[in-house]
Amino acid sequence: MSPTGTEHTVKAFDSDINELRGMVAEIGGRSEQAIAKSMRALENHDLVLAAEVVAEDKLIDDLEKRIDDLTFQTIALRAPMADDLRELIATFKISGVVERIGDYAKNIAKRVPLITQAHSLGPISLLPSMSKIASELVRDSLDAFARRDADLAMEVNRRDQIVDDFYNSIFRAVITHMIENPKDIGEAAHLLFIAKNLERIGDHATNVAEMVYFAATGEPMPERSRGDNPTDLLDDALSDEAD
Amino acid sequence: MTNSKNEMISAGDGSPKMTTRNVNVFYGDKQAINDVSIDVNMDNVTAFIGPSGCGKSTFLRCLNRMNDTIPIAKVTGEITLEGEDIYSPTMDVVQLRARVGMVFQKPNPFPKSIYDNVAYGPRIHGLAAGKDELDNIVETSLQRAGLWGEVKDRLLDSGTALSGGQQQRLCIARAIAVDPEVILMDEPCSALDPIATAKIEELIHEIRGRYAIVIVTHNMQQAARVSQRTAFFHLGTLVEYGETSEIFTNPTETQTRDYITGRYG
Ligand SMILES: Nc1ncnc2c1ncn2[C@@H]1O[C@H](COP(=O)(O)OP(=O)(O)OP(=O)(O)O)[C@@H](O)[C@H]1O
Ligand SMILES: [Mg+2]
Repeated sequence: MSPTGTEHTVKAFDSDINELRGMVAEIGGRSEQAIAKSMRALENHDLVLAAEVVAEDKLIDDLEKRIDDLTFQTIALRAPMADDLRELIATFKISGVVERIGDYAKNIAKRVPLITQAHSLGPISLLPSMSKIASELVRDSLDAFARRDADLAMEVNRRDQIVDDFYNSIFRAVITHMIENPKDIGEAAHLLFIAKNLERIGDHATNVAEMVYFAATGEPMPERSRGDNPTDLLDDALSDEAD
Repeated sequence: MTNSKNEMISAGDGSPKMTTRNVNVFYGDKQAINDVSIDVNMDNVTAFIGPSGCGKSTFLRCLNRMNDTIPIAKVTGEITLEGEDIYSPTMDVVQLRARVGMVFQKPNPFPKSIYDNVAYGPRIHGLAAGKDELDNIVETSLQRAGLWGEVKDRLLDSGTALSGGQQQRLCIARAIAVDPEVILMDEPCSALDPIATAKIEELIHEIRGRYAIVIVTHNMQQAARVSQRTAFFHLGTLVEYGETSEIFTNPTETQTRDYITGRYG
């Protein structure tokens, strides 16, 4: 008899945990794909692709429910302790956060038909780079979960600042554009909401990273110091637009 | 994690009821406990957990010198109760076992009436001046043990006629009746169903603070539910001793984690 460090004596427990990890990887992959597709739909004004993102969000919602059911059942039946307990609680919370990420992607897709003059909206050129980083954060936070990698989780938390910085630049550029081109105000507002959605996606990836850090170490992630942000107040006014 | 060695010795807030320092126990040539130092605090229920044969019962029995009854057992190191060395030649062992009571795995009521089971200790220790006072002790003890309501109309029935769970609560009432300072429980619920177990756990919750309680259990959830401090033993050594909430959510030692998460052997 010696501690093995990996497998449980009750093998069925490991198979529950593995099944959950598989589903978390899947919901993560789907939401990452939803971000990429919604951005492609926006760039190409592809209404069919945008509609597909909206339709596929249902799959993400279903997956979240299945993850929650199995987590709930595993906690009830196996009475997990220590790192097992932390991982299951993290799984439960991560599935909810990733589902929200899917909602933001869906919200971007829903705005695609409303942006018809993309070529005249200068600040839109910043969105592809911003979305690339936001999806990287989503992917890395979920990779960190799969590998129980607290360092990678910290890294995601740190890199979220880049997404915030993008948002702040786009915010200023859009406001300037609105002042100079009052006839574009409606479409520019949608553009701003899209940037806001991407910024929220970054925040949610950070939330995932924080849970990964906790699951891996048992400690809360050290706070990232946030510089005072001129757009914070306006952000609050804009609030969450996703549904 | 920092300072886990210091953590092992401390028992939380307040001055300890019992202290043990560098305790070793041998059965003949075989060492069953290896250099264990631990404090037991008044305000806490302390749980001892660990795989079968790791020495939980052996160590528990040191705390009221029950090992004296095993001829080949030899105990070294220092154990104190309220600062007094319990292995000193001047220590009255009968008195000690009244101050440090014990409840065993299998309920073991005497083949006497319920009343006499509880009155037994107070009688031999001369704790009651007369019949009224003895009645009073019996009633209070049964009440604290959560058994009074179920037996008050049948105090003269035999203790052995009670259900297993009731017998165990009777044994706890018997331990309480001599007004001990510490109560040691060695797997007190292992022969009981979940409802009877819940009643014992509730009773532990009710009496904690009045007595220092040490409980040995194989049931991880039980340790988590009833105790505030948990000690994990492995092969006769104390691996980790700390806050129960910490041990079960974020243990410091890999051995502890493997055991409580069911990854052990
Ligand atoms: N009376 C005895 N004579 C000889 N060896 C003993 C005696 N009692 C216990 N031992 C040995 O001491 C070691 C510790 O036993 P102990 O009963 O304290 O373990 P435990 O942790 O209480 O186990 P369990 O969970 O099975 O009750 C074991 O190796 C056991 O075989
Ligand atoms: Mg034992």
